[in-house]
Amino acid sequence: MSETRVRFGPFGGRYVPETVIGALDELAEAFERYREDPAFLAELEGLLARFAGRPTPLYRARRLEEAWGVGPIHLKREDLCHTGAHKINNALGQVLLAQRMGKQRIIAETGAGQHGVATATAAALMGFGCTVYMGRLDMERQRLNVIRMRMLGAEVAPVTSGAGTLKDATSEAIRDWVTNVRTTHYVIGSAVGPAPYPDLVADLQSVIGREAREQFQADEAGGLPATVVACVGGGSNAIGIFRAFLADDVRLVGVEAAGEGLESGRHGAPLAQGAPGVLHGSLSYLMQDRDGQVAEPHSISAGLDYPGVGPEHSHLKESGRVEYASATDAEALQAFLDCSRAEGIIPALESAHALAWVRDAAAAAGAGTGPLLVCLSGRGDKDVEQAGAALGIDDG
Amino acid sequence: MAEGAQRLEAAFAAARGAAFIPYVMGGYPDAAASAERAIQVAAFADVVELGVPFSDPLADGPTIQAAGQAALDAGTTPETVIEIAAEVARVGPPVVLMTYVNIVLAAGPRAFCERAARAGVSGLIIPDLPIDEGDEIRMQATRSGLAIVPLAAPTTTDARLAQIGRAGAGFLYCVSVTGVTGGSVEVGEELRGFLERARRHVSLPLAVGFGVRTPADAADIAAVADGVVIASQLIRLADDAGDPTAARTAVDEYCAAVVERIRATAGAATPGS
Repeated sequence: MSETRVRFGPFGGRYVPETVIGALDELAEAFERYREDPAFLAELEGLLARFAGRPTPLYRARRLEEAWGVGPIHLKREDLCHTGAHKINNALGQVLLAQRMGKQRIIAETGAGQHGVATATAAALMGFGCTVYMGRLDMERQRLNVIRMRMLGAEVAPVTSGAGTLKDATSEAIRDWVTNVRTTHYVIGSAVGPAPYPDLVADLQSVIGREAREQFQADEAGGLPATVVACVGGGSNAIGIFRAFLADDVRLVGVEAAGEGLESGRHGAPLAQGAPGVLHGSLSYLMQDRDGQVAEPHSISAGLDYPGVGPEHSHLKESGRVEYASATDAEALQAFLDCSRAEGIIPALESAHALAWVRDAAAAAGAGTGPLLVCLSGRGDKDVEQAGAALGIDDG
Repeated sequence: MAEGAQRLEAAFAAARGAAFIPYVMGGYPDAAASAERAIQVAAFADVVELGVPFSDPLADGPTIQAAGQAALDAGTTPETVIEIAAEVARVGPPVVLMTYVNIVLAAGPRAFCERAARAGVSGLIIPDLPIDEGDEIRMQATRSGLAIVPLAAPTTTDARLAQIGRAGAGFLYCVSVTGVTGGSVEVGEELRGFLERARRHVSLPLAVGFGVRTPADAADIAAVADGVVIASQLIRLADDAGDPTAARTAVDEYCAAVVERIRATAGAATPGS
């Protein structure tokens, strides 16, 4: 049996109330058992192929290369997954696991609403009742996803504590789980939280990197990308694509949200500006004040509006294996527009942060940057209202 | 040095019926008022539990969350609460601080434990620090003479209860329900069964908290445990009273009623440990 990773260097762990320790043990056991169980894996692969639409294509973005003077650029099209983002990979795997564990109810937190929609979808598919916790502010800025979740039969529970964003929704989901732990499985949406979640989510998302690596080698005569780029909020799409390249001589870049600028303090960049601390059950880089109170993050993208990050990323930062950069709201918005107009692909604002790095940092380095593999983690349908307003193209 | 643990165990041993452990959120509604409240309840208490507010309190329900957020909004820092703890410790029973692990890590385990011990604090309750985490915090607490009071829940297995018993000091904080603070407790089969298991595997005194609302609840728990923690209900009482004078009266009357009911259980059944 594969051992679940509890710690990544000094990071990770299980900093949770005693009430849920038994449930974490149970989940770790189920994960270890089913990750190598042929029947389970066959069922999951079947769902990923016939329900979620995997494998997602690897697409060469030639007009962006031309516009930005950099390339080749290969986009891993997670935006083409059913429900619009990579989140479905994790949701299907975890809800299937919950079914095997005999749980009766599913809960989740959501920021942008993509994980909430993915979980509500998986719950509908497998016949579970589902409650999704979502911050008040996020419910406003991601209204369409709120409606989608309700259409799928999920209850969307508004969270008013704090700033009403992903951090607060996650805390409230954990409180629900502490209360209903015997019957309920908590589908955490990113590679964060207490062990075994970071390893479980990374494992379920590693399909992104496995596919992308094979597809890249097929397209580029067996070669490897020079650089792999992904946005990092909690960091599940990034760890999902990075894991396939950790052992290779490939530059790995995670792009955090610089919000209104790192110096403004209004950002979502714990790896750049935070310090190790404990939030939501694991030790990792965290935006916090000197007393240890967690800071309110800011990003134009609800999915990156989180003060923490998955523990494996903290470890990869300290080991130096992955570089962590950042892109501001304005830079992401410009890349969002560039990609839409050059390629006919409206990316999620989250994914636009990875594209912004390609345009600015890779373009500055010029020729020799080599082939880039970018994880286009989701599509921007959910962002039309907000981006439309920010770009001044909404008549409403 | 294990002075903190000894002070706590002595307080339980001296309590008639069961130990009364009221909780006060440090800095709520402001530093001065919470200091007064802590001194007030200390007159009734066997142990006083003081909350150090944290921005993201996972184990707390809406009442304590809101009080903690208000305390932070009023500028409360860990040092504010430790100064209140020092005042209480000078005049009253042993004081334990209830906070979350990131507060201790941010200050540095050594600095935090030494500062708390200097203020006369006897122990720390850290609900997001299960026994498998926080070796450095445990070591520094032991060096400073602070007890790390462990928690156990109805979902805790027998094997883990035994481990918790070996790792903890002072008393065992038994979470009455699977849930967060501020709900409501029922002394039924589940809680009795849990406490019996805890009694078999842990030699520390057993205090029960989470969801204790009425003096009758407190008496029911005193009949089966060694201590009763009351937190959210005290905050609600003061909040609902309207003005500070009415709050003071309401808290006095409530604490007196709780103590009377708890003491009346002395001699009835002796759960003793």
